[in-house]
Amino acid sequence: MPPLTMSEKILAKASGNESVRPGQIVDGSVDLLYMHEMLAMALIPFGEIGTAKVWDPTKIVVTLDHWVPPPTPEIAKMHQTIRDFCRRQGIQRFHDVGDHGIVHQLIAERGYAHPWDLVIGSDSHTNMVGALGAFAAGIGATDTAAVMATGGLWLRVPETIRVDVRGTLGRCTGAKDVILKVIGTTGDDGARYAAVEFAGPTVGALPMNERFVLCNMTTEMGAKVGMIAADETTKRYLAHNGIPFRPISSDDGATFAKSFAFDVDGMGPQVACPSNPANLKPVEEVQGTKIDVAFLGSCTNARIEDLRIAAELLKGEKVAPGVRFQITPASQIIYRQALEEGLIEIFMDAGATFTSSTCGPCFGGHLGTLAGDEVCISSTNRNYPGRMGSPQAQVYLASPWTVTASAIHGEITDPRKV
Amino acid sequence: MLREFRGRVWTFGDDVSTDHIIAGKYLGTTDAKVFAAHAFEAVDPTWSSKVQPGDVIVAGDNFGCGSSREQAPVALKTLGISGILANSFARIFFRNAINLGFPVLECPGLRAKVQPGDVIEVDMARGEVRIPHGQVMRFTALPPNVLEILEAGGLVAKIRSDLSTKRP
Ligand code: SF4
Repeated sequence: MPPLTMSEKILAKASGNESVRPGQIVDGSVDLLYMHEMLAMALIPFGEIGTAKVWDPTKIVVTLDHWVPPPTPEIAKMHQTIRDFCRRQGIQRFHDVGDHGIVHQLIAERGYAHPWDLVIGSDSHTNMVGALGAFAAGIGATDTAAVMATGGLWLRVPETIRVDVRGTLGRCTGAKDVILKVIGTTGDDGARYAAVEFAGPTVGALPMNERFVLCNMTTEMGAKVGMIAADETTKRYLAHNGIPFRPISSDDGATFAKSFAFDVDGMGPQVACPSNPANLKPVEEVQGTKIDVAFLGSCTNARIEDLRIAAELLKGEKVAPGVRFQITPASQIIYRQALEEGLIEIFMDAGATFTSSTCGPCFGGHLGTLAGDEVCISSTNRNYPGRMGSPQAQVYLASPWTVTASAIHGEITDPRKV
Repeated sequence: MLREFRGRVWTFGDDVSTDHIIAGKYLGTTDAKVFAAHAFEAVDPTWSSKVQPGDVIVAGDNFGCGSSREQAPVALKTLGISGILANSFARIFFRNAINLGFPVLECPGLRAKVQPGDVIEVDMARGEVRIPHGQVMRFTALPPNVLEILEAGGLVAKIRSDLSTKRP
């Protein structure tokens, strides 16, 4: 058998082939399908397919995350439709408002995805889950309906692009800065249709929360999936949920369409400037830019570790006058942790706003959108025009350190100087 | 799907994202007419009233990047756009369009050869585009499985026919 990359191994397994090669079209059987409010859109083609029942309710997870709690009667109705559908279909792993989380985070923290799984999510940032050694790809509404009806999906086996990272990051610098640097180098279509695999000593040393950040933003490279070998770190993360573990990594001698090597030794904070995630500048070049809003949230950077960073910087400080700093945890579980650790009190003392978990501001949906003349620094993953509200608003993407330091100073700030 | 079509061109640049095509604030519904009415509002607030059924979009690299929202191709299809030709497409947008039976074709280099308002003729199955002055440009045709979905009228129609042939 020829040596295979991780994604090739998983697609071979999922399609019942001994081996697959890039470019081949395979029919994969799906181990996990997860959905958020997109389910409402998928119900239209699902109804048209006409199978009445989903293929396997035990392989489906649904949560509400984009509009939580619902900001309009129409969306409350949409939630009702989803709730009723899950009940009728016997989908037990439906996480309703109160038990919710941004879906990618919820899938990871509840232990629903495992190494070797073919995971399909109705959202473009499903790539995040690949950090667990799964093949996790995002799809749209009609594909979602097709998987609900049949449990299968046609997939083109992607070429793999390898990204090796070595070196010790500088102070107040993390995976977000690394991935921004990678996207700034490859461009926002540098990995179109491809699988991106992260490796090297720096990646091996990253904890799971930081690995999720890397894979999450492979979407901003155009990638189909982002993957990291499942190792001892992955094993420990999953053990927390009592999940049996089977390691996966690419074979020695596997074929990579391209390889990139990054030496991040001593690298400092990076910022993606308006209005493209690949429009990269080191923080030194944009510091001093006045901001109106700072947002710490989204599936990219709103885990407990990110909130701890914010709390550490905010302790004894105040958010700059005229700036609104909103912190929105990625799930209810993280919300509770923040509460128990006393972080929320620190945020409130500093004059920040702390909200229930939702995607809301990240996609300009609700609970904190931007006016046309506002400038925002955000821990999210996208800054295309109109992404967070008005198409005229300016959005800078950065790490939790840089976002928080900027909130304190009212301008883009190098966190190493705080 | 029409294998061949002819239409007036609207041009766009590189990295047109799904946020450009339909903003997140309009997604709180499943009504396709709402998506159509606000299509490309971030680029030109009056675009959806100017576009005519049958028009064609010609764009640069990475068309449809960003979110997986199928509302983006739905908006353009609902307006009656007959197809999108781009130097390259973002992958989920491409899949979503095909699944809707909405023609999309990768035509590297075409964008530089056409102007807004040009009338072009497209043959999807052959991968041919006739641009003004009679010149024909050739591109890689869609792979057979993708063409099959388009020809069926989209993935739903394809699955329905697959299921009905499977049933005794
Ligand atoms: S937080 Fe933002 S990027 Fe993540 S799933 Fe929600 S809307 Fe998408």
